[in-house]
Amino acid sequence: MARFVLRRLLQSCVVLLGVTLVVFLLLQLVPGDPVRVALGTRFDPQTYEALRARAGLDQPLVAQYFDYLGRALTGDLGVSFRSGRPVTSIVLERLPATLSLAVTAVVFATLIAFPLGILSAIRSGSFVDHAARVFSQFGVSVPDFWMGIMGILLFAGVLGWLPPSGYVALTEDPAGWASHVALPAATVGLVTASILTRFIRSSMLEVLSEDYVRTAEAKGLRTRVVVLRHVLRNALIPVVTVVAVQLASLLGGVIVIEVLFAWPGIGRLTYDSVQARDYPVLQGAILLVAALFLLVNLLVDILYARLDPRITVR
Amino acid sequence: MSDRAVLAVEDLTVTIGTRRGPARAVAGVDWSVRAGETLALVGESGSGKSMSVLAATGLAPRSARVTGRVHLLGTELTGLPGEDRRRMRGRHVGFVFQDPMTSLNPVLTVGRQVTEAGEEHLGLTRRAARARAVELLDLVGIPSPAERVDAYPHQFSGGMRQRVVIAMALACEPDLLIADEPTTALDVTTQAQIVELVADLQRRLGTAVVWITHDLGVVAGIADTVAVMYAGRILEQGPVDAVFTNPSHPYTTALLAARPDPDGGGDELVTIQGSPPSPLDLPAGCAFWPRCPVRGAARCEHELPPLVPVAADHHVRTFYPHHTDGGVPT
Ligand SMILES: Nc1ncnc2c1ncn2[C@@H]1O[C@H](COP(=O)(O)OP(=O)(O)OP(=O)(O)O)[C@@H](O)[C@H]1O
Ligand SMILES: [Mg+2]
Repeated sequence: MARFVLRRLLQSCVVLLGVTLVVFLLLQLVPGDPVRVALGTRFDPQTYEALRARAGLDQPLVAQYFDYLGRALTGDLGVSFRSGRPVTSIVLERLPATLSLAVTAVVFATLIAFPLGILSAIRSGSFVDHAARVFSQFGVSVPDFWMGIMGILLFAGVLGWLPPSGYVALTEDPAGWASHVALPAATVGLVTASILTRFIRSSMLEVLSEDYVRTAEAKGLRTRVVVLRHVLRNALIPVVTVVAVQLASLLGGVIVIEVLFAWPGIGRLTYDSVQARDYPVLQGAILLVAALFLLVNLLVDILYARLDPRITVR
Repeated sequence: MSDRAVLAVEDLTVTIGTRRGPARAVAGVDWSVRAGETLALVGESGSGKSMSVLAATGLAPRSARVTGRVHLLGTELTGLPGEDRRRMRGRHVGFVFQDPMTSLNPVLTVGRQVTEAGEEHLGLTRRAARARAVELLDLVGIPSPAERVDAYPHQFSGGMRQRVVIAMALACEPDLLIADEPTTALDVTTQAQIVELVADLQRRLGTAVVWITHDLGVVAGIADTVAVMYAGRILEQGPVDAVFTNPSHPYTTALLAARPDPDGGGDELVTIQGSPPSPLDLPAGCAFWPRCPVRGAARCEHELPPLVPVAADHHVRTFYPHHTDGGVPT
């Protein structure tokens, strides 16, 4: 197992290297001169050249890339064009907000989707099943920002139970964090839950028709044991991937929701740095998201191997 | 050994609700099996063999409606709450299904799968159940069972998996073993070994066996009684010797003739022309009539022949029990 993890980590590093290259090249293709934008109306040729030289933009591309890579390896991702602060700290500052929103949303989603998906599969055609299907249809077809606005109107406006927006760090004030995260997490979580419910339902249904489920029933096991031990364990294998993909995509930041709820996460940061053509910050944000994505993938692979004994880890 | 039947079904019918209407999978069958005895259910694919044993033990699909009476060890199962039926089934009946590649759960160790019935029905502790699993794996001839108990199904060959399934079925020392084509998915050598294994276990444990098969050779070898099914009904049933030496239904005759020569002569396979009727649309008369070589009076087409005795315990469902040679009755 340790060797497997090590090998996968190495692979991830190679992928990450590729990501740096792609991001670097892509940003070269984007029209617009960041230094010019950063200077705005204060433009004068001397400062312009000086800034360009400081950012290394007067060097050939290959040199720029290796220079960037070399410094990135030491944790230095450059400085923001806009604020002049180190990119690494700007990006890392945003991590807790995004991480806590993504994890809360996924936990919320699984808490809804698992019972609902399982019930609707084992009682297919029942009221619960129909309700679950309406719910998933609703969740995937209604835009998340609209749900967010409705949530704000209802829980912050009419009922006044929750703050309409804003962020409080979990480490500073857990209760404040919880009340602030509830609405955005529920909004994002509902969408995730409806995708998951569908997936769990169909995965369960597929396993329910397997011969070994009939074998388990033939043994006279309780329904609960058949469903949890025999069906769910198998149905979970493909579901894990979907949960991971959902989590990974939330870790990339949910731009609309973060903007709507004034949530200072990575999505918001990406949005702002695109607006400001703040390339170093954008690069940093993408790199971080890619790293998180790879990490989630690695965890999924490990989980997979644990769930399915047919997968041998070498 | 008592004379009482371990499992007896009376007038069992199974109607499955399908999108194209109700399908009569089993249309009124009676059979029973006593301790130490083997009943063979034979018949073409779709004749309702599996459905009749599944329905009898409460394993029919949810879309199925089951009527009739089922006695397991003298207890009437029909009308019993599902929970009680589940307990009776787990405690007293063991199942071996057709395909050992799919009938074991891929994510649980074979030991876990062998022990769970014992934990559920005999209240064995995890540890006692495990010891019992090793014992059972040994009993069914799995080499080094103490190590293999922690292996997963994919680490076994087809024949070994079927042995695991048999061990699983025997976990609670059932009074009845139901084997639904347990050798169909296996190669010939392994088939013979599995048949021998079950026959041997039956002799040692005194279990009653219901053996569903297409293989009439196996029937002749291990069964005491046989029921020939066709389109959800029994066309002929009785002691194996009587039915094989004196087949009294044209269908049985045809089945026996269609049997490949066991001595391996280059004989061509005799097949029965045509195919069985759809369970969605069973005829009022004899379901075999359109394919019947006898094809007697129009009576067969419209009137269901009753099951009549031709000898002691030997029954046949035909108007013409003696015209089995293809001669047209007048
Ligand atoms: N789940 C189901 N839904 C609808 N019809 C079914 C279902 N299961 C079985 N049937 C129908 O019931 C009839 C009897 O099926 P059964 O499985 O008992 O046949 P069988 O004699 O065991 O055949 P085989 O030799 O192929 O196993 C068939 O016509 C089949 O199409
Ligand atoms: Mg069958």
